[in-house]
Amino acid sequence: MKRASLWTGVVLVGIVLVAGLVSLVWTPFDPNRVFPGAALQGPQGAHILGFDQLGRDLFSRVLAGSQICLIVGVISVSIAALIGVPWGIAAGMLKGWPSELLMRVADILYAFPALLLAILFAAARGSSTWSAMTAIGIATIPAFARVARAATLSVMSSDYILAARASGTPYLMSAVRHVLPNIAPVLGVQASVSFGMAILAEAALSYLGLGSPPLVVTWGRMLREAQTYMFNDPALALWPGLAIAGAVLGFNLLGDGLRDLLDPRLREAV
Amino acid sequence: MAGSGTATGSAPAVRGGTASRRGGVLVRILIRLGVFLASLLVASLIIFWVCNALPGNVAQAMLGQSADPAAVRALEEQLGLNRPFFVRYGEWIGGMLTGDMGTSYLTHQQVGVQIAEKFGVTAWLVGFAMVLALLIAVPVGTFAALRRRHWAGFVTSGLSQLGLAIPAFWAGIMAVWLFGVWLRWFPANGYVPLTEDPAQWLAHLVLPVCSLALVQSAVLVRYVRSATIEVLSEDYYRTARAVGWREIPALLRHGLRNASLSVVTVLGLQLTTLLVGAIVIEQVFALPGLGSLLLQAVAQRDLVMVQGTVLVLVLAVLLVNFLVDLSYLLLDPRLRERR
Repeated sequence: MKRASLWTGVVLVGIVLVAGLVSLVWTPFDPNRVFPGAALQGPQGAHILGFDQLGRDLFSRVLAGSQICLIVGVISVSIAALIGVPWGIAAGMLKGWPSELLMRVADILYAFPALLLAILFAAARGSSTWSAMTAIGIATIPAFARVARAATLSVMSSDYILAARASGTPYLMSAVRHVLPNIAPVLGVQASVSFGMAILAEAALSYLGLGSPPLVVTWGRMLREAQTYMFNDPALALWPGLAIAGAVLGFNLLGDGLRDLLDPRLREAV
Repeated sequence: MAGSGTATGSAPAVRGGTASRRGGVLVRILIRLGVFLASLLVASLIIFWVCNALPGNVAQAMLGQSADPAAVRALEEQLGLNRPFFVRYGEWIGGMLTGDMGTSYLTHQQVGVQIAEKFGVTAWLVGFAMVLALLIAVPVGTFAALRRRHWAGFVTSGLSQLGLAIPAFWAGIMAVWLFGVWLRWFPANGYVPLTEDPAQWLAHLVLPVCSLALVQSAVLVRYVRSATIEVLSEDYYRTARAVGWREIPALLRHGLRNASLSVVTVLGLQLTTLLVGAIVIEQVFALPGLGSLLLQAVAQRDLVMVQGTVLVLVLAVLLVNFLVDLSYLLLDPRLRERR
């Protein structure tokens, strides 16, 4: 049982990563190629999952769908971390009202769920992969800011920070050289968990038709299209859904596993 | 900045502490209220700004991306959209305060009337899902905590981890197939108002509520579990057990109130996720709620309707957070009695 969640997470995330990379150069068939007369046909020969409602190879499409899920995850988590981490470290190192103000602003941003912000962006600027990634990224900033602040506060009282401050090391240098490396593991956990949430948000957005444009293969859009054919072929909705759940589960377990590694006391309690 | 030593650094915290101790509960409530109102103000500014100041503004959206720039300008003139940002924002908020949320330029429907009409559906959906999620999560989470070293506990934790990863809308789609199409136990989609036919109303809500609640309870289970584990290691729980209380009564008598604090926090967060989840679930089951209203407005690029609906949703989120903050004061005597 020890570290079971970490390893399950590593394996699942690994599968999604490999699927995403392999599908860049190779899929069994072109995900957008229509096989005439094959619409809604079950598995046959090389088409191991069968065909979708237009006669496209389902397995190739599930593989290709991992690309957009990884891209959205990487970009939105990067946006959130690049802004949220300095924000949180600043809030943790500063004292008094500037720190208070920073966290209040983060709290207000926290009231905007990722999906709602993404819908708002899609309404104002039209739906695109970029608008989805930006919205999810912005909505994830407060999560990083909060975690970074809490972690910063806990290292601020440690001896090496006190020593650095006593010897007159400037704040900025102290933040980069002493605080950041020490809170990096906690940020890694947050990144993994946020990655999973970004995948969920992107899937929901694509399902609503507000994500990437129609020709881009996404699991969410596949579910949207499959729903119309639920009476004929429920398997169409099964595979993309399993893919989303597997990817999210992978990142969640990876985050949990990392957290347990970091905090031996937690492992004792569980 | 670097010159400020550690001694002065801790001073503000001490000052803050004495001020709140002097203030008492009423001041704390007023501070919370102030934060709530300020958040609402900022949120409304963000919403209005995204809808009105970014490229692709209202007039452009109405005429389409390829519209003639001169025609766009003429329409802006006609609708008064070329006036300064803050004048228009003030007008919007002013109208809001007098109960007028504006009128759609596209459908000429009143935003407030539309929202009031659809609000009920979403409220029922979210309310039922919240209750059902609690009814599932509290016993299951407690069980997982009590049996945490046992295989049954591991299985429960694993299942909740799995539930966490499943998108609610996918659960909904699969439920439509299983119970709506295959078994035909419940209607697959649509809505019947309560006043028209209560039995049909309930039947149409079963699948959406269950798919929303099942996934949500997976999150709650984890919090209930860890809150219970915390109580199990507390002295008062051990004492109660030592003097002969059984597990469940001891938890109910002593643990519930202590664990309720963290569960209330999570409930607040959960209500937010449920509200957002409802937007998507309404789409799966074709329920005419706020989510459907919002998505229809987005599809038509009806930005007046979009900004009104989003503001109402964010208002709900902020209001829930405010109530959660208030409930701390009621649930935790340590906070209440500090004067």
